[in-house]
Amino acid sequence: MALLEVENIDVFYGDVQAIFGLSLSIEEGQTLAVIGANGAGKSTLLKSIAGLCTPATGEIRFNGERINDVPPHRRVPLGISLTPEGRRIFPSLTLEENLLVGAHSKRPGYWNLATLYETFPLLADRRSRLGTNASGGEQQAAAIARALMSNPKILLLDEVSLGLAPVVVEQIYSALPAIVEQGTTVLVVEQDVNQAMKVSDRVQCLLDGRTVLEGKPSELSRERIASAFFGI
Amino acid sequence: MQWANAVVQGVILGGLYALLAAGLSLMFGVMRLVNLAHGALAIVAAYMGMVLVNETGIPPFATLLIVVPVMALAGWILQRTLLNTALNRQALAPILVTFGLAVILQNLMLELFTADNQSIDVGSLAGASIQITPNIAVGVFPLLTFVVGVAVIAGLQLYLAKTTTGRAMRATSDDREAAQLMGIDHRNIYALATAIAVGLVGLAGVFLGVRTQFNPTFGDVTLIFAFEAVIIGGLGSLWGTLWGGIILGVAQVVGAQAFPSSGVLLGHIVFLLVLAFRPTGLFPKVVNG
Ligand SMILES: Nc1ncnc2c1ncn2[C@@H]1O[C@H](COP(=O)(O)OP(=O)(O)OP(=O)(O)O)[C@@H](O)[C@H]1O
Ligand SMILES: [Mg+2]
Repeated sequence: MALLEVENIDVFYGDVQAIFGLSLSIEEGQTLAVIGANGAGKSTLLKSIAGLCTPATGEIRFNGERINDVPPHRRVPLGISLTPEGRRIFPSLTLEENLLVGAHSKRPGYWNLATLYETFPLLADRRSRLGTNASGGEQQAAAIARALMSNPKILLLDEVSLGLAPVVVEQIYSALPAIVEQGTTVLVVEQDVNQAMKVSDRVQCLLDGRTVLEGKPSELSRERIASAFFGI
Repeated sequence: MQWANAVVQGVILGGLYALLAAGLSLMFGVMRLVNLAHGALAIVAAYMGMVLVNETGIPPFATLLIVVPVMALAGWILQRTLLNTALNRQALAPILVTFGLAVILQNLMLELFTADNQSIDVGSLAGASIQITPNIAVGVFPLLTFVVGVAVIAGLQLYLAKTTTGRAMRATSDDREAAQLMGIDHRNIYALATAIAVGLVGLAGVFLGVRTQFNPTFGDVTLIFAFEAVIIGGLGSLWGTLWGGIILGVAQVVGAQAFPSSGVLLGHIVFLLVLAFRPTGLFPKVVNG
């Protein structure tokens, strides 16, 4: 049985439909990359899984249970954790306090301050810095670490590389193997296709709120991805 | 020497304003909600204290053991029922709801207690004072109020800075949606903040009722002074609220020394000057969410 199943969901913002009959499924321990251009509906998909958006139709199942009506704060204890687009670090809290807030649900597991500082060494030195004063890379690392503090079964990462220098992106993605090693299922959303192909077991490409291509990175040619990505 | 005395008395009066404003400041800081029923709630607490003293004969300070928990519970219920819903509507909804509540409370008090001035009797403590210099004497009760005001602000600040729930409260204030993603139920955090705020209004109301005569319409001016203290100090900053209260108190008392019967007006002028030249207040929160 898949850990997470999204079945035929439609998601709206008011009258505007952002996702059209989208389905997706991830096995436990797998890493799935969802790619797509601006406005493809990637963030909306992640927000629907985390509970910030509610599908008008269709079903989202976690561990086989329907979670459509579970509010976001009760999905965290189930083991769903989202690192949102734009990082959303709490600006008036220090980076360490940001991490501590991430442990609000008190889910036990491998991740705690010590293990996270080991995995993200750049955070260890900056722990007492206010969120607002941290650099983009520090904020992104803190946002991922904060999400891991709840020891999730599935980690949803929304555009980790956005606005970061390539070296910093490398640095942050280098933590991913350690996360996967703990058995964590990962769903990454990326515009950076190369990065997405490198880290994932499977890729799903969205265009205007629909899936237009999916498969193993090794089986998809650049041309097919490019044409799916841009819809040409 | 008269001026030095005025400053001292003003600072001490500022402690009462800070005490009255603490809850207003907390509610604004945590959920950007201006509780227009704040003043009316303080007067409700003053009447509760008065009735308890008159009917049961318990000492005035013992009434706090009843008034503060009852007010806190009322705050919690208020948030869970009316205010959480109002916060999900447009920006005007919480203003209208709390304004309506203020009107209702004031009219209920007028029905129950008439418009006559009342006060809570603390016996000899009311007149007791300490001579600091030959020309300056401070009342024991006002001094106690000042100490309680400072302690409340310091305690709240410590609570927010050091405890897990306090941290969750700050996180929710920074970014409510991101806080939900951490597993925080913002409705509970808001209810807790309002419970604390209204509990503190209860404390402040009893002190107010001992210190001055009050009647049901007294909520209006209470709200205005508390609001001015919060704005002068800077929205969302608790230490700022303490300083705001002190500045307002000093402006009023020193103002009254300079222009007898115009003290309150001078307080308003200081408030307006701050609003005009430093709209973020004199001690704004370092970080804006
Ligand atoms: N809060 C919102 N209100 C209204 N429409 C929205 C909102 N958020 C997104 N949309 C719309 O929904 C569609 C999908 O947006 P979404 O943010 O999910 O795309 P995305 O794939 O994450 O894009 P990006 O790569 O730019 O982050 C877009 O057409 C967008 O304009
Ligand atoms: Mg997006």
